[in-house]
Amino acid sequence: MGLSLDEARKVAHLARIHVEEDELPAIAKELSGILDFMGQLNEVDITGIVPMTSVTPMKLKLRQDVVSTGGDKEVVLSNAPLSEQGFFAVPKVVE
Amino acid sequence: MGLSSLTISEASNLLIKGDITATELSQSCLEEVDASSALNAFSWYDHDLVLEQAKAADQRLAKGDDSPLCGIPLGIKDLFCVKETPTQAASKILHGFKPEYESTVTQKLKDTGSVLLGKLNMDEFAMGSSTEHTVYSPVISPWRAKGSDKPLTAGGSSGGSAAAVAANLCLGALGTDTGGSIRQPAAFTGVVGLKPTYGRCSRWGIVAFASSLDQAGPFARTVKDVALILEAIAGYDPKDSTSYDAKVPQFSSFITGDIRGKKIGIPKEYRLDGMPEEIEAIWEEGKEILKDSGATIVDISLPHTRYALPTYYVIAPAEASSNLARYDGIRYGYRASVDSETNIVDMYKRTRGEGFGPEVKRRVMIGTYVLSQGFYEAYYIRAQKVRTLIKRDFENAFDLGVDAILTPTTPSSAFALGTIGEDDPIKMYLNDVFTVTVNLAGLPGISVPARLDSKGLPLGLQLIGKPWGEGDLLNLSQVIETNVNFDFKPQRWW
Repeated sequence: MGLSLDEARKVAHLARIHVEEDELPAIAKELSGILDFMGQLNEVDITGIVPMTSVTPMKLKLRQDVVSTGGDKEVVLSNAPLSEQGFFAVPKVVE
Repeated sequence: MGLSSLTISEASNLLIKGDITATELSQSCLEEVDASSALNAFSWYDHDLVLEQAKAADQRLAKGDDSPLCGIPLGIKDLFCVKETPTQAASKILHGFKPEYESTVTQKLKDTGSVLLGKLNMDEFAMGSSTEHTVYSPVISPWRAKGSDKPLTAGGSSGGSAAAVAANLCLGALGTDTGGSIRQPAAFTGVVGLKPTYGRCSRWGIVAFASSLDQAGPFARTVKDVALILEAIAGYDPKDSTSYDAKVPQFSSFITGDIRGKKIGIPKEYRLDGMPEEIEAIWEEGKEILKDSGATIVDISLPHTRYALPTYYVIAPAEASSNLARYDGIRYGYRASVDSETNIVDMYKRTRGEGFGPEVKRRVMIGTYVLSQGFYEAYYIRAQKVRTLIKRDFENAFDLGVDAILTPTTPSSAFALGTIGEDDPIKMYLNDVFTVTVNLAGLPGISVPARLDSKGLPLGLQLIGKPWGEGDLLNLSQVIETNVNFDFKPQRWW
């Protein structure tokens, strides 16, 4: 199945990846190739098969709903590219 | 031969007896690492930090600490968060990131007194089979084909770990394996590499790629050494809800050499058209060795094998697109420089467009596509159903009494850098054809060196075990190791 340029542009946008217009044909072609490869899965009879959700048969553990960590503002912000007055700084979000 | 070429077991004996010190051993490794820049195996290391840890280990040893990893220098794949140490997953998008916390497995290594030598090169976010897709320079294998000086791949994604162990830069290393990223590089470089059962080791603090497939595991030069590292890093961790809550066995005690009565399955689907004769030959040799040592060889069928790669290339990118959504240029790592008028979505897109390499972008986009409205059922749910069938194939084999499955690790020996996947990414994906099924089924798998091919390059055999059956797997592997007596080393050119 071929991916159109519009579809490639859309998937790049959904993935939040900037792509130049002139890169789109190559990307569409590559993604189409990979999707074709996945198309082999259509040969498999999956009637009545349950999709896998957990590869090892384990029950997820529950834990007490209590505070375990917190109050580490400096630590949390220490790797931020930009922070101001104890907050992450981002471009203007509200017009 | 310097101290860095010792095995972990040998070095540990000498350390405990006091014949050598952890400082001497670490210095020997540092000299080797200093001289290894042509391999690009290490992405980061610091002399002072290493010697500080070695000194602490020497103090522990002086007080009678006899844990087998105390004072042993190990390399760590750049995917593991090590506190206050640059951790980049070989990606520009994590430029400058220094974790404020420690991954559970590296903490466990530190607790045993091992010396963490530094960070090892890899494919960006562990996506690749050649360690060419890295923000650092590609890893170059210490191995070269006979009569050639062409740079070869050390495999991937844990190519730095494999190269470092093969070139005696460290005594062992940690890697991760999502589709073969420990076993394939181990096979390409003539070392032992183990992917544990999913859940055996905590994933906490490891930069996530595909959470339902990722497992940490050891590289070393012998099966016994791999067992020693596994003993240290395995175990339940409340911070990883998928980790297995059971007592960790003493894996090295399973290595008895007695494999009488074990039933070894040979899956007919792993015999590929056009597979090199030499691969066929090591497979035969592996069977003979196990048979001569008292195991029974049986033919088995794993009928959905051929669908494993397409299944993997739906599920892994889907999980990656979700895991990698966190790289937004706000909380850590790289942020594109944008002016104050740029809206936040454009800032995300610029940051991710500039910060991710081409293979990562490709997989994130594929993952986004297969999870998007209208395609989710057709691709993702279908792939998860086929995954159920792939796992069932293995369960059926184990139900017939098979204890382990023997296969080649890779369909070829190491290839030259820059030759695979440039024009067609799927060609690179095909490298994982024998390893990827194991991740999809959550099973343990190990690669042991078998022979050199006619080009003089290592080939590996893979053993696949039952869930939580690492002990048996190590025992069988050591029988192969002892019988093939693989004592080849790369000729030093770096």
